[in-house]
Amino acid sequence: MTVLQIIRRAVSGAAFVALVACPLAATAQEVNLYTTRETGLIQPLLDSFTKSTGIKVNAIFVKDGLIERVKAEGPNSPGDVLMTVDFGGLIDAVAQGVTQPVRSEALAAAIPANLRDPGGHWYALSLRARLVYASKDRVPLTAITYEELADAKWKGKICIRSGQHPYNTSLIAAYIARYGEANAEAWLRGVKANLARKATGGDREVARDILGGICDLGVGNSYYVGLMRSGKGGPDQLKWGAAINPLLPTFKGGGTHVNISGAAIAKHAPNKANALKLLEYLVSNEAQSLYARVNYEYPVRNGAAVEPIIASFGTLKPDSLDLVAIAKNRKLASILVDKVGFDQ
Amino acid sequence: MSVAHASSRRRDGGGWTLASLLVAAVVLAPVIALFAIAAQGSGDLWPHLLAYVLPQAIHDTALLLLGVGFVTIVVGVGTAWLVTTCHFPGRGFFDWALLLPLAVPTYIVAFAYLDLLHPLGPIQTALRALLAIDDPRGLWLPDVRSLPGCILLLGFVLYPYVYLAARATFLMQSAPALEVARTLGADRLSTFLRVALPLARPSIAIGATLALLEALNDIGASEFLGVRTFTVSIYATWVNRSSLPGAAQIALVMLAAVLALVLLERWGRRQRQFSGGSRRSHPPALAKLSGLASIGALAACGTPVLIGFILPTTHLLYEAWSRIGFIGLSSNVVIEARNSVLFATAATAVALALGLVLAHAARLDRSGLADAAARVGSLGYAIPGTVLAVGLLMPLATFDNALDAAARQILGFGTGLLISGSGAALVLAYVIRFLAISAGGVEAGYAKIPASLDMAARSLGESTRGTMRRVHLPLLKPSLGAAAILVFVDCMKELPATLLLRPFGFETLATHIYAEAARGTYEDGAVAALMIVLVGLGPVVLLARMSQPPLMPATRGSAT
Repeated sequence: MTVLQIIRRAVSGAAFVALVACPLAATAQEVNLYTTRETGLIQPLLDSFTKSTGIKVNAIFVKDGLIERVKAEGPNSPGDVLMTVDFGGLIDAVAQGVTQPVRSEALAAAIPANLRDPGGHWYALSLRARLVYASKDRVPLTAITYEELADAKWKGKICIRSGQHPYNTSLIAAYIARYGEANAEAWLRGVKANLARKATGGDREVARDILGGICDLGVGNSYYVGLMRSGKGGPDQLKWGAAINPLLPTFKGGGTHVNISGAAIAKHAPNKANALKLLEYLVSNEAQSLYARVNYEYPVRNGAAVEPIIASFGTLKPDSLDLVAIAKNRKLASILVDKVGFDQ
Repeated sequence: MSVAHASSRRRDGGGWTLASLLVAAVVLAPVIALFAIAAQGSGDLWPHLLAYVLPQAIHDTALLLLGVGFVTIVVGVGTAWLVTTCHFPGRGFFDWALLLPLAVPTYIVAFAYLDLLHPLGPIQTALRALLAIDDPRGLWLPDVRSLPGCILLLGFVLYPYVYLAARATFLMQSAPALEVARTLGADRLSTFLRVALPLARPSIAIGATLALLEALNDIGASEFLGVRTFTVSIYATWVNRSSLPGAAQIALVMLAAVLALVLLERWGRRQRQFSGGSRRSHPPALAKLSGLASIGALAACGTPVLIGFILPTTHLLYEAWSRIGFIGLSSNVVIEARNSVLFATAATAVALALGLVLAHAARLDRSGLADAAARVGSLGYAIPGTVLAVGLLMPLATFDNALDAAARQILGFGTGLLISGSGAALVLAYVIRFLAISAGGVEAGYAKIPASLDMAARSLGESTRGTMRRVHLPLLKPSLGAAAILVFVDCMKELPATLLLRPFGFETLATHIYAEAARGTYEDGAVAALMIVLVGLGPVVLLARMSQPPLMPATRGSAT
């Protein structure tokens, strides 16, 4: 066998492997979704998209490293849509140049102007409010501000997940955007001094620890209350959800802090037209009400109904601070968390 | 004849050295990529890391490693000594049962214990009922979400690495050496402390190193229990401070620290020969323990099995049972189990072959080059899974894209993402990550084969390859088997690299659990968690059976 023959064989062998390994390159109507949201959460949405359009969705849940993966894959990346669970990740994707702008009447009509990029790079899909969970038995409160979480009267009574979690860095970033770094640091030190246990675990553990008597007050996301109280998480979680009184806190003279999930179209999207269809579907009436009903999130689309459990907290008034300004302070927020030793 | 022989030996050895250098190069690729990423500079972040992140990370990591090292060595060596030298009720059971915690991933143990020890959990609820306390706040127990909690949990799950190594050594230790010590007037304790323990030091060091590197790399349990280790800080720097260069810099600092520790340990036992002495020996006779001592031995061996395996697995069983009743069994679990087993098997085969190459080359080549290659080849174990995965992504994708471009030019069609877009990247990541285990295992096995055997085989006309096939491999079988099982079980449990490198629509049991945990609480993943434990259980029991004395090369001769 000559060298050339060997090379030819090796190459055709490799090409065969490539064909076998990437069956998705061949079929026609599909769209590839990279998501930092767990796919189980959005599967009902994707299924109904496939049902109404005939376009198959190949989704992969990548927690950390989504941007690095897309970047490394370069022009050969199969990714069409990049979906993130937090706004920071979305802004990062845009900053790292792995997205492309799209213009769409449907998107512009459905999503309020402050919840999409003026340049068309990113679009918000759903909102979750950062709530305060208060013990039903021990805390007779009907309203609270984020500022009050640092009040010394709550010493040893507050539970919260890691300060480094995107949900919390985003809240701290909003505090910085509003009051400046020095005030935010003082506030964070105050909250840290009030903690009943290490800042760790998830938001549902906050409710569980309130029922367990470890703390009286906690910080958690709105949709977890829906998941717990609906019984979808099982009978134990039903009890956790029942032990808390979910309050919609506000900044003094402002609104409630919201976390945003959103999506962008990948720069090298091989199925761009289908990607756009998917985005447009996700903000349609049907999908937005699914977001609300199945995931207990606040829809971004004006007029879409909020799920009854979530609606029972009262009317959400999102804080008016500019999203991009908050996202810019995210890194500083993370640094402050280290500086005050929030997680220690 | 002798000249020809010498030159053929050099040529053979040279081929092995070259191969081991190639393996080292593959392992080095992601490390070099990390250097490249780190060199981009983290800008203004470094002073912050130096002031606030690294001191805490060093403090927590050092305490965690000291604690886990202490627990794993005391538990691992102590129980190994008991089951190999003493006779007490249940000894035969504990002999293999002490390995069981190997099958349970650390993150699952952390989740399970948070449940078990929570004020609402079964233990505190039972205690309150016993003490007639109504209010959950009436009873205060220390929180498992703490550094001591993390040390104990990791220690009781990771001790089998030490147990396995110490047990094998104690079984191989020549009884005469111990008997001589006894006839010279040493009691059992000082025989253990002054003869058996020093002789077992290299293998205990290898076992403890594996356990410590597992602890160092752990992200699930540490993060969940609120311990800010190096690995947790690397993640926070990367994900929250959006600084991959900063994360790469910390990862390299950590890598340097690991290297320093490993080299320090090797330096500590430099110039000492530990091999040999096992031939023609018989295993030491078991000492019959008195009633009270028997109970003590029973408790000493029972506690680690209870904490590291029985309690968390029982909890998983209960959770899985109630989940199946509540939401039914997902049909995907079978496919996921198949994926896990398939990829773990493939990675194990490759890791074993490459580990053999590294260890064999190091034995043949006296220049130190192959020895260095073997050290480098073990680096992957010291890099956190996701960081390794990111380091791997870059060279792989670059290679794929270059190949694709070339294929388009020459053949007229692209090859796409040949490696990084397929499962090959995942297998490669597993191999790099766990090569240290297979190489270390084979190396330890080789250490027990005296060089005189090689010389005998060679002087009888065997080539190096023939020596390997007909002398080394049969003698290495137990070590190879043990290494294979450890690598397999570790691949089954691997999470972070799997999460980042897997192709579309590909889920394993570990990613399933993680997805469930990310969606809500981990109880939804109890079924998959249980399957990881179950799949790992078979190999672990096999491992215990394989390292029984009758299969030991040293004793096989005397048995037949």
